Amino acid sequence: MIAKPTIPDPLDRPGSQIGKPVSRVDGRLKVTGGAKYAAEFNTPGLAHGYIVSSAIARGRILAVDTAKALALPGVLQVFTHENRPSLPWFDRKWKDDDAPKGSPFRPLYDATIHHALQPIALVVAESFELARYAARLIHVTYEADDHQTDLREASAHAFTPGKDKGGFQPPPKPRGDADRALAEAEVSVDLQFTQAVEHHNPMEMHASTVVYHNDGTLTVHDKTQGPLNTQTYVCNVFDLSKDSVRVISPFVGGAFGSGLRPQHQLFMAALAAITLKRSVRVELTRPQMFSFGHRPETLQRVALGARKDGTLTAVIHEAVQETSQNENYVEVVVNWSGQQYTCDNVRLDYKLARMDTHTPLDQRAPGAATGIPALEIAIDALAAKLGMDPLELRLKNYTEVDPNTGKPFSSKELRTCFRQGAERFGWHKRSHAPRSMREGRQLVGWGMATGVWDAMQGQAVASARLGIDGTLTVGSATADIGPGTYTAMTQIAADILGLPIDQVSFQLGDSNLPMAPLQGGSWTVSSVGSAVKAVCDRLRDKLAGLAAGLNDGPLKGLRADDLVFADGFLIAKADPSWRMSITEVMRANDLLVLEDEARSIPYYKSQMQHALGTHSAIFAEVRVDEDLGTVQVTRVVSAVAAGRIINPKTARSQVMGAVVWGIGMALEEESMTDQSLGRFMNHDFGEYHIPVNADVHDIDVIFVEEQDDIVNPLGAKGVGEIGIVGVPAAIANAIYHATGKRLCDLPITLDRILEA
Amino acid sequence: MRAFSYHRPDSVDAALRGVAGQSGTTTEAAVKFVAGGTNLLDLMKADVMRPERLVDISRLGLDRIEETADGGLRLGALARNADTAHDERVQARYPMLSKAILAGASAQLRNMATNGGNLLQRTRCYYFYDTGTPCNKREPGTGCGALTGVNRIHAILGASDRCIAVHPSDMCVALAALEAVVRVSGPRGERTIPFADFHRLPGDTPHIDSNLAADELITAIDLPAEGFADHSTYLKVRDRASYAFALVSVAAALEMDGQTVRTARLALGGVAHKPWRDPAAEAELAGRPASLESFRKAARVLLRDARGQSHNAFKIGLAERAIVRALAEAAGVEHP
Repeated sequence: MIAKPTIPDPLDRPGSQIGKPVSRVDGRLKVTGGAKYAAEFNTPGLAHGYIVSSAIARGRILAVDTAKALALPGVLQVFTHENRPSLPWFDRKWKDDDAPKGSPFRPLYDATIHHALQPIALVVAESFELARYAARLIHVTYEADDHQTDLREASAHAFTPGKDKGGFQPPPKPRGDADRALAEAEVSVDLQFTQAVEHHNPMEMHASTVVYHNDGTLTVHDKTQGPLNTQTYVCNVFDLSKDSVRVISPFVGGAFGSGLRPQHQLFMAALAAITLKRSVRVELTRPQMFSFGHRPETLQRVALGARKDGTLTAVIHEAVQETSQNENYVEVVVNWSGQQYTCDNVRLDYKLARMDTHTPLDQRAPGAATGIPALEIAIDALAAKLGMDPLELRLKNYTEVDPNTGKPFSSKELRTCFRQGAERFGWHKRSHAPRSMREGRQLVGWGMATGVWDAMQGQAVASARLGIDGTLTVGSATADIGPGTYTAMTQIAADILGLPIDQVSFQLGDSNLPMAPLQGGSWTVSSVGSAVKAVCDRLRDKLAGLAAGLNDGPLKGLRADDLVFADGFLIAKADPSWRMSITEVMRANDLLVLEDEARSIPYYKSQMQHALGTHSAIFAEVRVDEDLGTVQVTRVVSAVAAGRIINPKTARSQVMGAVVWGIGMALEEESMTDQSLGRFMNHDFGEYHIPVNADVHDIDVIFVEEQDDIVNPLGAKGVGEIGIVGVPAAIANAIYHATGKRLCDLPITLDRILEA
Repeated sequence: MRAFSYHRPDSVDAALRGVAGQSGTTTEAAVKFVAGGTNLLDLMKADVMRPERLVDISRLGLDRIEETADGGLRLGALARNADTAHDERVQARYPMLSKAILAGASAQLRNMATNGGNLLQRTRCYYFYDTGTPCNKREPGTGCGALTGVNRIHAILGASDRCIAVHPSDMCVALAALEAVVRVSGPRGERTIPFADFHRLPGDTPHIDSNLAADELITAIDLPAEGFADHSTYLKVRDRASYAFALVSVAAALEMDGQTVRTARLALGGVAHKPWRDPAAEAELAGRPASLESFRKAARVLLRDARGQSHNAFKIGLAERAIVRALAEAAGVEHP
């Protein structure tokens, strides 16, 4: 069924569950340990795998001596490229729903080393400790080749990718003549940026527990953002039917994109389970969390030209990003710069450079999180040069249509974000000149930036089962990597059928459930939420029909539109005393259960005619120690326009978490490569710095009102990504305001401030 | 991890019997003492340290903090870092030490970690931890990965061409400034090691961290009577506000005569293989007015031989500023 665009009703009626700050329905399970994650499913006879990682960055394995490991009592097997079973030859068998163009990495496929820390062997033993010990007894000899892990060098051979990944749009063709306009501009800035590699590093390490059943079927518990993606991968790689592989992953301890593609521990655990006919778990260590996808290192240039009154006359944004030798990982980095501001002369350029690294991987707001800070730092630099307030400059060039396409936005309350954010922050009290807000040795600075992300929707299917006791179970094969999907879906279902929250449960993370797309890109509420709404709408219609058909009933002849569903009752709008409980309606029709399934399909036509996006305004205050270069982000206000907010409590948590990551991105996070070894070196939480509590001060989140009946039937755009986009720019701009130093290389560590 | 045997004696003598007969220094020993285990166990899991036997000393007592005859304080080797930092006598008489301890690790780690163990914690050099890379400290003769690699956090003073790792402790920097004395027991009876002689520079033997013998046990750390309570501080500069090792840290302690420095103690962390002290820099301060100018001068003396690597040259200027800041704070001099 195609859900129709009918927003206001029933979502806006009084007593609606949607928009309420409902506490997480799974919160108790999580804090009591009842929630089980991939590495926590136990089964009799479970064996444990430990992965051996490559010491070199490129070359080949000459020999693997496993004798000492295999000689230990309790070691079951050591898998390498030499003894692996037959595996598919065609790339398409190794593809997954998030794979870019190219040839996916195949663990243990042959002797070739593609990147440092590549998994090259799996030890399986009766205990984890034994497997880990045995792994250390394996002696590998290599023949090393020269490697390239230096993006500046690699960028000499950069190339322009095509539409090499789902969701990726190459930059639009140039409009006007940006280079000439820049040369002739009354005022201009021209800045170079670097973005360091970041690894996702969710709290939960990647793990897979593959339970082997006597009939050869598998139950797979995997850390994934899509149980169906995991299922397809295991079936394709190991030539199994869908009937024989069930994925059950009800809880995921954060992922941020790292679970969008099946990671190698899944391959390893499935390989071992199938070969040994035993249940096997493989869990990565924290250092091994640096052995796969990451936010790619990026070099950028943003040049802006303007008239003295602030009118933008030229925008140039160029980016070169790393990818692997085997795949073209692409993300939208520069296109935003043609979309954010009105400008007649725009040239956007995006290139890839191949390096001997693992293929990069979508990480929270991929592309925008990298590209927008460059644009927004440049805008701030232009404002400084113009002697204009940065907010005024942004308003001066504000656009109500997407200049890249000429399409109007389905909704864009960015002006409201600016106004409410500035008011909450007290922006009007900012003194314009840099270094003008000193407090002792602390230089105080205020900065701002804009954030943007897409509002996307995919197809999804949801099923629902209503019992005569008024309990409702809804399900779809999505994931909940932490945003609160269980809770939001429960609210939507409860809302439409007028049921108390505790009578509704939502199921996810099971490949037996109806189809849902990967959880990523902020589209789960939009996609799966719309399916949940669709199936609940159908149950609602059915119940109304059943009630209307009861000749003796009080609702005889009424249509669904004539009814309100509340507190488990069907109530006539005309006279609230005409009512029947759901139980009464079903009993009168001799029904114990009512079941249905529905697919939600985006409003393709109206969506095609519009630009769809979430927007934000971020205001930040920093204190920079003038002597030591240390930075404290003392205040952040993030004002977000993301359509209808299903649950302001969980949504606020998402944005707050993203702001914290934005602080990390601005000041701390960097996977540092030893170029001579081609290896990330700071691969643990002691040395890969993410913000700690002491780094996090006041974070204020505002959701502005935004009506949108085009993005989806719920009018909700999703907030998974928007919270991080632009935060590093607001902080970098605040550091400029504090110090007078324009820093364009992220992260802005204290040495960069001292040496600028 | 590798299999090891485990023994938990209940007296110092029994503990010493557990390590009897071992030669060389404790860093190289096959039998190791374990107390809080906050560093050793991690290193064993990472296959960096491979002891054959652990002697658990957590039941030996040695966890008291007591007055000494000369008016100082004796910190039991097994007193927890947290208990030490929060001890009222330590706070009142040695505030610099309390501050240094609380600048290190996290509350959870400080609750487990012991004072003796703090002295013996090992470097956080990336290469030391990553067994897939060369490291002379971990495997002598394999080379120093940091010299040609990522060395932002590494030494600027006292390094060798074999090793540029730094000692990670905060507590030890304050202990160095206080001129604490390490008390150890061994088969040859008791002896004391002045703090400055406890840790070593890397030289040609970077695999050895300290001069503690393999058959000796730290029983206590003695603090002299002079705690510089009126004019001291500990300043730690790091990449985030908590739970990060020092890029540069400074323990600064002064005896003042009005606005003049009578004597000065200055120890630096995060810059060398051991807490760094320099008599020439301290002499430079003695008898001088407590001014930013003389602090800067002393800092330059201390850093005269500092040498940066490809990523850490910033530490030299940072150390100078940190020294000036810490001395100013200790002296109560207004920073303009």
